[in-house]
Amino acid sequence: MASESASPPQGTPKDASKGVPALAKVATGIDGFDTITFGGLPKGRPSLVCGAAGCGKTLFATTFLVNGATRFGEPGVFMSFEERADDLVANVASLGYDLDGLVAQGKLAIDHIRVERSEIEETGEYDLEGLFIRLGFAVDSIGAKRVVLDTIETLFAGFSDETVLRAELRRLFGWIKDRGLTAIITGERGDGQLTRQGMEEYVSDCVVLLDNRVEDQITTRRLRVVKYRGSAHGTNEYPFLIDAEGISVLPVTAADLDYRLPDGVASTGIPGLDTMLEPGGFHRGTSILVSGESGTGKTMITSSMVDAACARGERCMSFVFEESGDQIIRNARSIGLDLARHVEAGLLRFEAARPSLYGLEMHLARMHRDIDRFAPSVVVVDPLSALRGPPAELQATMLRMVDMLKSRGITSVFTSLREDGSLDHDSNIGVSSLMDAWIKLLNVEANGERSRTLYVIKARGMRHSNQVREFSMSGDGIALVDAYIGPAGVLTGTARIVQEAEEAAAGLRREQESRRRRREAERRRQSLERQIDELRATLEVAAEEEAVLLSEDEMREAMLTSERRILSTRRGGTQ
Amino acid sequence: MSGSEPTEDGLDADAAGMVEEGHYHLRLYVAGQTAKSLTAMANLKRFCEEHLAGHYDIEVIDLMKNPQLAAGDQILAIPTLVRRLPAPLKRIIGDLSNTEKVLVGLDIRPQNLAETNPAAKVDGV
Repeated sequence: MASESASPPQGTPKDASKGVPALAKVATGIDGFDTITFGGLPKGRPSLVCGAAGCGKTLFATTFLVNGATRFGEPGVFMSFEERADDLVANVASLGYDLDGLVAQGKLAIDHIRVERSEIEETGEYDLEGLFIRLGFAVDSIGAKRVVLDTIETLFAGFSDETVLRAELRRLFGWIKDRGLTAIITGERGDGQLTRQGMEEYVSDCVVLLDNRVEDQITTRRLRVVKYRGSAHGTNEYPFLIDAEGISVLPVTAADLDYRLPDGVASTGIPGLDTMLEPGGFHRGTSILVSGESGTGKTMITSSMVDAACARGERCMSFVFEESGDQIIRNARSIGLDLARHVEAGLLRFEAARPSLYGLEMHLARMHRDIDRFAPSVVVVDPLSALRGPPAELQATMLRMVDMLKSRGITSVFTSLREDGSLDHDSNIGVSSLMDAWIKLLNVEANGERSRTLYVIKARGMRHSNQVREFSMSGDGIALVDAYIGPAGVLTGTARIVQEAEEAAAGLRREQESRRRRREAERRRQSLERQIDELRATLEVAAEEEAVLLSEDEMREAMLTSERRILSTRRGGTQ
Repeated sequence: MSGSEPTEDGLDADAAGMVEEGHYHLRLYVAGQTAKSLTAMANLKRFCEEHLAGHYDIEVIDLMKNPQLAAGDQILAIPTLVRRLPAPLKRIIGDLSNTEKVLVGLDIRPQNLAETNPAAKVDGV
């Protein structure tokens, strides 16, 4: 399709050349349909909506009228050839459409036209002026701008003169155009042609085909604009959704790789994981894959991220395919996360659905719509690998899902059961290349126990730790522990603890040994010192003795000298 | 018997019908004085006089004047003749030129069908 730009409700296609009055359009108010038709249905002309039974034709038409009456100020007339007015009112009440209220306000007129073949006897020439009169009366009574004829082909069952009928239908559509009414004519799908009675012959301005296809027991509703005279339109088959919120068409097309990414870094809520990433978390607007087998703690890690985001006041949306939202809330409580308060605060919404509930397209379409309505800044898809489908389709769907989230600047967290990042056992389709960051969870089994480990395999645009971390989940949350990496390999769990204990013991032994040796050396030194002291004492004794001997010698010498002097004195004195 | 004067309300006629067993209360819906409408009116009068003399009343409703009355009797085709009484309700569309079909449609057993038939064929052009 051309560009995605949605023109204003009553707008004109951009490619209309200047000067030529562009085709005026009337918005249907159906999400997405006005986008793919660049404004809606052709104004003042009949459009054909056809499809097999149960395709949602009547609902499409009713929505067109209700939106016209409530949002665009255009009253409408519903001419029902099949359902009685009461049934019609009851059928759409579940969508929150109050037809009775609109009728009472004069914004809507419902006329049930019953055609019963058995009650009608044809006895000559006739025309369908009565139908014109009834339609005209209903239109005039409320000043209607919109008309629905559902399903006018029923007339063919009631009247046998087909020539008259065809002439009258042609006249009717001409009349609708003359009156400037924007009309939807519904038609049942026929063999080999769009409608059973070839209505497309008469209503040639705009033909919309609704389809309800079953593949692998899964139904996907699709819508295609077969023809739109005088206007560009999206030509693809677009999935559309009918649920409690009405009908929405989802122009899910692969966007360009032209995103404006939000700035900033978002913490994961797990301090240990944040420190593994250089900026302290993941960049906003990135897609993060958390892969790991069952029981590795994927959901707990995503729950932590969700809790952190909600605690920052951001809106989170969680698409869960294997658990209910309540179950996740309960489980998260076991690691000390209170997600319930975020749900109550309106910040967190769980959308739980079984993967087999819809086809892939439908899942994507539903997410598309929910995300557009809730406008979250973080989206969790848990687990991505639950989605099943043909590989090619699966890959395309994933790509578009990631694209869709990125183009909105939403931080997306996907979990995958396949630890190698592929989606299927048989194929090598990888989503990992689409992801900006990839956390791999691995249960290491050794010595009769499992321990949880975590790697950051990649994180685009940031430095990150290349090391394995062991993590534990407790009432205090998720805590990351450095795994033992040593000569004996990478050890986790008890083995890590044992190894660490052994190392601690060895360290203690080493310390004791060295202390002992230190003590010994001390002792040796002290004994040497003692010996030195003893020797010094001996030396002192020797020195004292020496001194005594010396003084005795001196005294003896002195006595001898004095005695000799006395003797000599005595001899000399006598001479 | 109302004749060809259009009345908007058939209630009194209904009440009258309740009284007499086998009374025919007929309502002819037309849209303006078109050729088909006029043919139908003429055919109906002639037909009633022939087969239901004294047991019928006809009400002609012009939807151009009273469009709101079309929904009540589920009128689509013009002209439509509705047999209100006796029950069940019957609808006959067309200009009533095929007398045989009108008889079948109104559930009237013809007393002298042999006489009326050729005349109907001549009239129903």
